[in-house]
Amino acid sequence: MSDHDYKPKSKVGQWFNDRLPLLTLANHLTDYPTPKNLNYWWTFGGILTFCLITQIITGLTLAMHYIAHADMAFESVEHIMRDVNYGWLIRYIHANGASMFFLAVYIHIFRSLFYGSYKSPREIIWILGIIIYLLMMAAAFMGYVLPWGQMSFWGATVITNLFSAIPLVGEGIVTWLWGGYSVDNPTLTRFFTLHYLIPFLILGLVVLHIWALHVPGNNNPVGIDIKKPSKDTVPFHPYIVIKDGFALLMFMIVFAFFVFYTPNILGHADNYIEANPMVTPAHIVPEWYLLPFYAILRSVPDKLLGVVAMLSAILILAALPWLDTSKIRSAVFRPLYKQFYWILVADVLILGYVGAMPAEGLYLLIARVATAYYFLHFLVILPVLGFKERTLPVPLSITEPILGGSPSLAAARHRESKIK
Amino acid sequence: MSDKKPKRRDFLFTATTAVGAVGAAAVVWPMVDQMNPDASVKALASTEVDVSSVKPGNTITVLWRGKPVFIRRRTKEEIEEARSVKMEELIHPEKDEDRAKNPEWLVMVGVCTHLGCVPLNDKGDYNGWFCPCHGSHYDTSGRIRKGPAPWNMEVPKYEFVNANTIKIG
Repeated sequence: MSDHDYKPKSKVGQWFNDRLPLLTLANHLTDYPTPKNLNYWWTFGGILTFCLITQIITGLTLAMHYIAHADMAFESVEHIMRDVNYGWLIRYIHANGASMFFLAVYIHIFRSLFYGSYKSPREIIWILGIIIYLLMMAAAFMGYVLPWGQMSFWGATVITNLFSAIPLVGEGIVTWLWGGYSVDNPTLTRFFTLHYLIPFLILGLVVLHIWALHVPGNNNPVGIDIKKPSKDTVPFHPYIVIKDGFALLMFMIVFAFFVFYTPNILGHADNYIEANPMVTPAHIVPEWYLLPFYAILRSVPDKLLGVVAMLSAILILAALPWLDTSKIRSAVFRPLYKQFYWILVADVLILGYVGAMPAEGLYLLIARVATAYYFLHFLVILPVLGFKERTLPVPLSITEPILGGSPSLAAARHRESKIK
Repeated sequence: MSDKKPKRRDFLFTATTAVGAVGAAAVVWPMVDQMNPDASVKALASTEVDVSSVKPGNTITVLWRGKPVFIRRRTKEEIEEARSVKMEELIHPEKDEDRAKNPEWLVMVGVCTHLGCVPLNDKGDYNGWFCPCHGSHYDTSGRIRKGPAPWNMEVPKYEFVNANTIKIG
């Protein structure tokens, strides 16, 4: 990295930078050499940062009007919707913002899976990402409880009861989480506290995530190590900033569509009924972004094993850098992995679909097959594929296939078509 | 670590760490325990219910410790059905005689032992309760017969204060 010898131009800048090297940091961030072949799938890091900031700002403003008490929470949310100036807008941005956040994070994760971004030397970036993802789920779940509607209440009941599956201490843990003998006011106040805290933990982890990224630099669609800086890289500013900005604009159009045209389509109508501990809604479903894991939970007939399967489905991702034995990063040069990748995408979408359906008959059967395949992909297919697969030749640099640096022009053309 | 004799400094290290660990634990415990049910929650531990208006075949639901409690006055057929079941057929074997001391009255916490939903009355394959969340079937004694729930619905501590009043808790 060239920024170590950076020296501010002005005297004042030098004086300040010698005492706190913020300008060195700013210079590093603007000059940061980025592979020049990054496609639009690489713009979701910026989009996710935007989502986090949006959630924090709208959340702060909502917290000024919300009352975390079992008797008043539901009413205070309606108060925000009806009385507070632009309260409806802020709340709809916050509620749909959670969905947009998950939409972006799933694209971000699946981009990593396709281009092998989790592989050496980027394992720590990946694991930090998984921790962020777990915290996002916790924050989203607790946030969904705050309006104190029927889905809030029963969602909280079902999810906290997952801990009762733990032998011996399970019941004690659930009582401790609740602060009582059922989900009630003590549960609501602590969920509000944690919901407020977690985004700032995520913010800290995002800083580490980016820091860890800036050590090896970005992966790229060809998945090869590149020299930095070189003719294979461009400075982050203005090239990537403009590209990220354009992608963000497109993303905000989708975001605005949900907020202004169908603000409730991703929610559940039952949550506009105040929480009632005496009546369970006929059909409890979590938010769409948790459905695949919910399907895995329900596909196992045993309570404890169902919970174990669901948690493993998430935690298995942390072991991915070691489960994938292939040295080649990008799926562009892995003809078999590419097919299995798309099967996995379909598998997760199917799990999401059956997670929203009642757990019986054909749906249950499909959920079981899809759950088995999910684990098969990570535990069997990926490790074996690294040894069995015949990968395509990888170019020596990003520019090589375009400039025909390969000994055979035909091979260069072939590779070129692959990169496009 | 070689075969050197422990020095005074080693002792000081160990002692300091030990005292520090005990001190940290003493501070952490109040932070953890404050989340457990507080005195005001525990104070609401019992509820008295007048059951004089409940007719045979009917169930009333009352709130006890924030949870629904089913009080069902069972019909003769239901009692017979519950008592004639063989223990081997049960997932969580419990005799109906132990669950309902007074066979006419079944008192239990109306919470599915799977993930805590409230089962529906007079539903399911065993004429008892059915949980809509994940499909657990309970019989006329509130025992789990089919589905993902691991245990029978819990019978709380209760007693008849007089012929018409049940005290739960």
